[in-house]
Amino acid sequence: MPAPTQLFFPLIRNCELSRIYSTVCYCHHKHICCLSPHVPQSRLRYTPHPAYATFCRPKENWWQYTQGRRYASTPQKFYLTPPQVNSILKANEYSFKVPEFDGKNVSSVLGFDSNQLPANAPIEDRRSAATCLQTRGMLLGVFDGHAGCACSQAVSERLFYYIAVSLLPHETLLEIENAVESGRALLPILQWHKHPNDYFSKEASKLYFNSLRTYWQELIDLNTGESTDIDVKEALINAFKRLDNDISLEAQVGDPNSFLNYLVLRVAFSGATACVAHVDGVDLHVANTGDSRAMLGVQEEDGSWSAVTLSNDHNAQNQRELERLKLEHPKNEAKSVVKQDRLLGLLMPFRAFGDVKFKWSIDLQKRVIESGPDQLNDNEYTKFIPPNYYTPPYLTAEPEVTYHRLRPQDKFLVLATDGLWETMHRQDVVRIVGEYLTGMHHQQPIAVGGYKVTLGQMHGLLTERRAKMSSVFEDQNAATHLIRHAVGNNEFGAVDHERLSKMLSLPEELARMYRDDITIIVVQFNSHVVGAYQNQE
Amino acid sequence: MFYRLLSIVRQQRVSPGWQNWPSARSSTSAAEAHSIALPAQAQVVICGGGIMGTSVAYHLSKLGWKDIVLLEQGRLAAGSTRFCAGILSTARHLTIEQKMADYSNKLCHQLEQETGIQTGYVRTGSISLAQTQDRLISLKRINSRLNVMGIPSEIISPKKVAELHPLLNVHDLVGAMHVPEDAVVSSADVALALASAASQNGVQIYDRTTVLHVIVKKDQVTGVETDKGQIDCQYFVNCAGQWAYELGLSNEEPVSIPLHACEHFYLLTRPLETPLQSNTPTIVDADGRIYIRNWQGGILSGGFEKNPKPIFTEGKNQLEIQNLQEDWDHFEPLLSSLLRRMPQLEALEIMKLVNCPETFTPDMRCIMGESPTVQGYFVLAGMNSAGLSFSGGAGKYLAEWMVYGYPSENVWELDLKRFGALQSSRTFLRHRVMEVMPLLYDLKVPRWDFQTGRQLRTSPLYDRLDAQGARWMEKHGFERPKYFVPPDKDLLALEQSKTFYKPDWFDIVESEVKCCKEAVCVIDMSSFTKFEITSTGDQALEILQYLFSNDLDVPVGHIVHTGMLNESGGYENDCSIARINKRSFFMISPTDQQVHCWSWLKKHMPKDSNLLLEDVSWKYTALNLIGPRAVDVLSELSYAPMTPDHFPSLFCKEMSVGYANGIRVMSMTHTGEPGFMLYIPIEYALHVYNEVMNVGQKYGIRNAGYYALRSLRIEKFFAFWGQDLNTCTTPLECGREFRVKLEKGMDFIGRDALLQQKQNGVYKRFTMFILDDHDTDLDLWPWWGEPIYRNGRYVGKTTSSAYSFTLERHVCLGFVHNFSEDTGEEQVVTADFINRGEYEIDIAGHRFQAKAKLYPFSSLFTHKRRKDDVELSDFHGK
Repeated sequence: MPAPTQLFFPLIRNCELSRIYSTVCYCHHKHICCLSPHVPQSRLRYTPHPAYATFCRPKENWWQYTQGRRYASTPQKFYLTPPQVNSILKANEYSFKVPEFDGKNVSSVLGFDSNQLPANAPIEDRRSAATCLQTRGMLLGVFDGHAGCACSQAVSERLFYYIAVSLLPHETLLEIENAVESGRALLPILQWHKHPNDYFSKEASKLYFNSLRTYWQELIDLNTGESTDIDVKEALINAFKRLDNDISLEAQVGDPNSFLNYLVLRVAFSGATACVAHVDGVDLHVANTGDSRAMLGVQEEDGSWSAVTLSNDHNAQNQRELERLKLEHPKNEAKSVVKQDRLLGLLMPFRAFGDVKFKWSIDLQKRVIESGPDQLNDNEYTKFIPPNYYTPPYLTAEPEVTYHRLRPQDKFLVLATDGLWETMHRQDVVRIVGEYLTGMHHQQPIAVGGYKVTLGQMHGLLTERRAKMSSVFEDQNAATHLIRHAVGNNEFGAVDHERLSKMLSLPEELARMYRDDITIIVVQFNSHVVGAYQNQE
Repeated sequence: MFYRLLSIVRQQRVSPGWQNWPSARSSTSAAEAHSIALPAQAQVVICGGGIMGTSVAYHLSKLGWKDIVLLEQGRLAAGSTRFCAGILSTARHLTIEQKMADYSNKLCHQLEQETGIQTGYVRTGSISLAQTQDRLISLKRINSRLNVMGIPSEIISPKKVAELHPLLNVHDLVGAMHVPEDAVVSSADVALALASAASQNGVQIYDRTTVLHVIVKKDQVTGVETDKGQIDCQYFVNCAGQWAYELGLSNEEPVSIPLHACEHFYLLTRPLETPLQSNTPTIVDADGRIYIRNWQGGILSGGFEKNPKPIFTEGKNQLEIQNLQEDWDHFEPLLSSLLRRMPQLEALEIMKLVNCPETFTPDMRCIMGESPTVQGYFVLAGMNSAGLSFSGGAGKYLAEWMVYGYPSENVWELDLKRFGALQSSRTFLRHRVMEVMPLLYDLKVPRWDFQTGRQLRTSPLYDRLDAQGARWMEKHGFERPKYFVPPDKDLLALEQSKTFYKPDWFDIVESEVKCCKEAVCVIDMSSFTKFEITSTGDQALEILQYLFSNDLDVPVGHIVHTGMLNESGGYENDCSIARINKRSFFMISPTDQQVHCWSWLKKHMPKDSNLLLEDVSWKYTALNLIGPRAVDVLSELSYAPMTPDHFPSLFCKEMSVGYANGIRVMSMTHTGEPGFMLYIPIEYALHVYNEVMNVGQKYGIRNAGYYALRSLRIEKFFAFWGQDLNTCTTPLECGREFRVKLEKGMDFIGRDALLQQKQNGVYKRFTMFILDDHDTDLDLWPWWGEPIYRNGRYVGKTTSSAYSFTLERHVCLGFVHNFSEDTGEEQVVTADFINRGEYEIDIAGHRFQAKAKLYPFSSLFTHKRRKDDVELSDFHGK
């Protein structure tokens, strides 16, 4: 085994080598996609290589699991007790409350709850949250990786810096640049709000920093000194595009350090979607690339909840995206550019970071792979070029930015990866979070009225209602509560412990068949502050 | 629905009592009732036409008072009384409550005959179930006391329970108590019957008349303002149930009646397929938090849940009244419990879930008596869900109180004056009743303390003591240390020391007691009530000589222990009085005497004299230095000789301690042990405490608590006011003749009664019992209220008990009577009678042999006897 592998080895957590390959590896196999129409295709972002499937488990099982999706077929011995379930659900939960000054929270954000539940091992989703220190506002984002977690990890570390820098006024950029130049302490740009499990790569920090510095140097040079107003929408778009560009460039240039060299390649060859919210006072911008979603929870006057979608999914369900793709490529590719609702028949999201296989020319891909490290070269997947690959790039990281001016009735924002949205309707998501946050189940009180009810019937009814209630109070975190519902809801919309237990006790290699990684951030808004903003004007 | 049914039932009955009864006619004639003008004056105005108001009216009229007006804001018996579950049960924890319930039962039984109004009285009996051994012990204790009162009851096996009630699941029971004479009754009909009887006796009843406020002049009730006009009166009785608190506050000078309502739910079902017999016993499953009685062939079942819903915190609120609806989700735990107890009820059809607020008080005992601030303002309210059971007895006692000046039984435990304004905060009441309501069915173990509404009054040393491991109990809002947990003790275990057996603080208290005996301990006793009485001339001395039985004309600096007696010679208060100077006295009384004693003094003091009475409780922090080395500590801190030659016993001197001046040092400890009480102006408290602890270190000083104090005084045969002593016990009955100076040259309250008693002999005698064959480690501990048997016959009950570490035995204190074998009449008790008897104490059904003593063991105690033969001071007020 070549030396670089060993270097790279200890950094992969809980994971044997074969899995690293398998997660990095993808290849097209029409067969499976066609054969399992009732297995929602969204289940698997990439269609797995049949060889891999056969390698991992007997083929019969595979069919049983994918087609049946019957819970009875899962091994019974994995049942968990409620405390075990809770410890799994709560392992990644994180809450942040915006500190109060003088007993008042002057921010329009009260705080946020976030959590994630892995289905892949290791999880490919990432999340980030940070407060901008040199400008106002708070950044929150969820990132759904595919073909490995390298790209989502890199994006989660770097994107907010790109956004923050894009938002900085010229003077601040100069100040920062001067500080770096003279070796003085840098102004802090972001204050991160991280769960202990959310890590940053130490090895690549220098590399990332240099790329970022180049970016702000260009911004300084480009500045004409005229426009002082920074447009958030433009800043978001620029940051997204720039980061994706840097990822691509870093992979092309390579790095003398073989570990870093391999890392930048993995980042570039894997992919990630991003859904980022920037909240500053009543101004809420959502930049979305891919199929994660931002949903606003609005409380109507009668106390009921309604959902307002603040992002568009970039996938085959979005007609505008389909048209965009068709327009960007010659007419003769119209049929091949999206096949089986996937980009080139392969990729579910139509926009993403990384994924250079959908961006670079064939020549470039071949050149990089040949000059790349042996692990890259040895493996079969690297030689694979997407079919019908005529006019790259097919993929972009450019986000679609939506703006929303917050109103007092806008109580919270849910950012979540598609793992949540494919299991729950947006209306249910908003209702569950809303009821959780207001601490009340809007359960109608029972009245016997003139009906004939026996004590036993009443008892059964009450026990059921209590079970429903107790699930609300079990969680201290809105995101955890949502995950509990997403995974454990039975057909009546109530959390079914047995189901929850079964879903969570699935062995690692099966979990992905039943659910995707779920990452959720629930941002709570401060209606008083929002109302005050409104009154000012 | 329930009400409608009730009224149907009522209309079916034809009763002659109704016709000549102006107010209780059916609604068609209500208009007529309106037109009747209120009388301009009456002797008594009763507010509240529920079971309490009608009972008071009934009993007052029985006692011969006729000029009575009863006002009801709505209809008669239409409040909580209407919704009452109708269970008459004598299974109560307090003897006075048992007596009231027993009387109510007898009253209801004969009421139908007396008035001709059907009350639905059925003697069903009641069965209290025990799911645990501890619960069974609790029931056995009640059973022992019921038996000696002549109320039949027995402890029965689960098998017997199943025989008595066809539907019960008995598999999880360890036993039960059966009280066969308990009954069910329609409480609304009882109230109507009482009202009918009262009106026949001349009581005028007006419904739809709201009392606005009570008119008070010179601290005396003079009239009542209603929405229909004014009535002049001498007495006002507040029986307004859950509105009593608000009515009390509506006065110009508010009367504090601390009570608060909580929602209470019970379930009514349709009849069973084979309807339940009307004499099916009532079930109380306290461990399951429910009661179940038969009701029109089906069942009525409610309970006292763990999470009560307090209501009307801000007073009468229309919105809350409208929202008083069935809350099934809230009732769910009780329903589960019911179905566990009677699984066959699953198929039984629900008729209704009734929501009827009940009233609760801060200490789970009802409130009766006269206001401490307004003369002629009486109260009877706060029944803690037992209004029906108490109605007869409570009404009777209150009527006696009004007519004769005092009730026929000691009711201090229920007296309004046990509370002060400090218990009247709405927040406090709301929080406390949320603890009280579940407590009704919680296991009541010895020495439990309330958890809510704490840390209201504290000594300035509270934090210091708390940091040193103090565990606290509360008296009249004041935090007092029970004992101090050493740093190495397991705290978790101590917090759960709920047991009828040996508690786990035993060793801790033992070491505190030992330290009191051998070295020196300091106990923070700041909670005591402290008054100062000063006058320009001799008026202070004169009034005190008249109010107290001992001779107070002593040289300045002397302390006198004395009782404050009533006309019949009973103790209204028991205190220590120090003569500070010629014209000024410092008076120390038990903590819970603050309101009672103040009102007694005010009542008897001449209105326009130069007497100045001041409550200085808050001005002083009291430290009790107990033990042989207390002398050394104090003399080192004051550079003054403190030996008995220089500082005799029962002496009081202002001196400096450490840097602080003006400390009142008294040579008494309330325990009979040597030592000193320091009354320290509060700003010096921390300084003096620190100095005492620093200097005391070399003498082995440590903190101690009230448990150690109690053990010390009970083994010395000291009686406490409020527990051993009450308004019905005289100094002669508890061997305190030496504290009464009948010939002090002037009359004092109670002197005639005492003179007569001295001549005739006493009918009960305070006695100390030392348990002989009681194993402290294994046997149930005595508490109080245990029956005493002499030669196998019941002679009285214990009033307090403690383990004596000196005697290494349990000591119980109690009163011995001499009931005639033939007639049961009380006879004179002589010392001979006491000494010539074999005694047994019944603890939860098990009798332990006991030795009776009329005097403490003087030989056992080694310390020097000083001025008095024994220093007898003793009010702990527990």
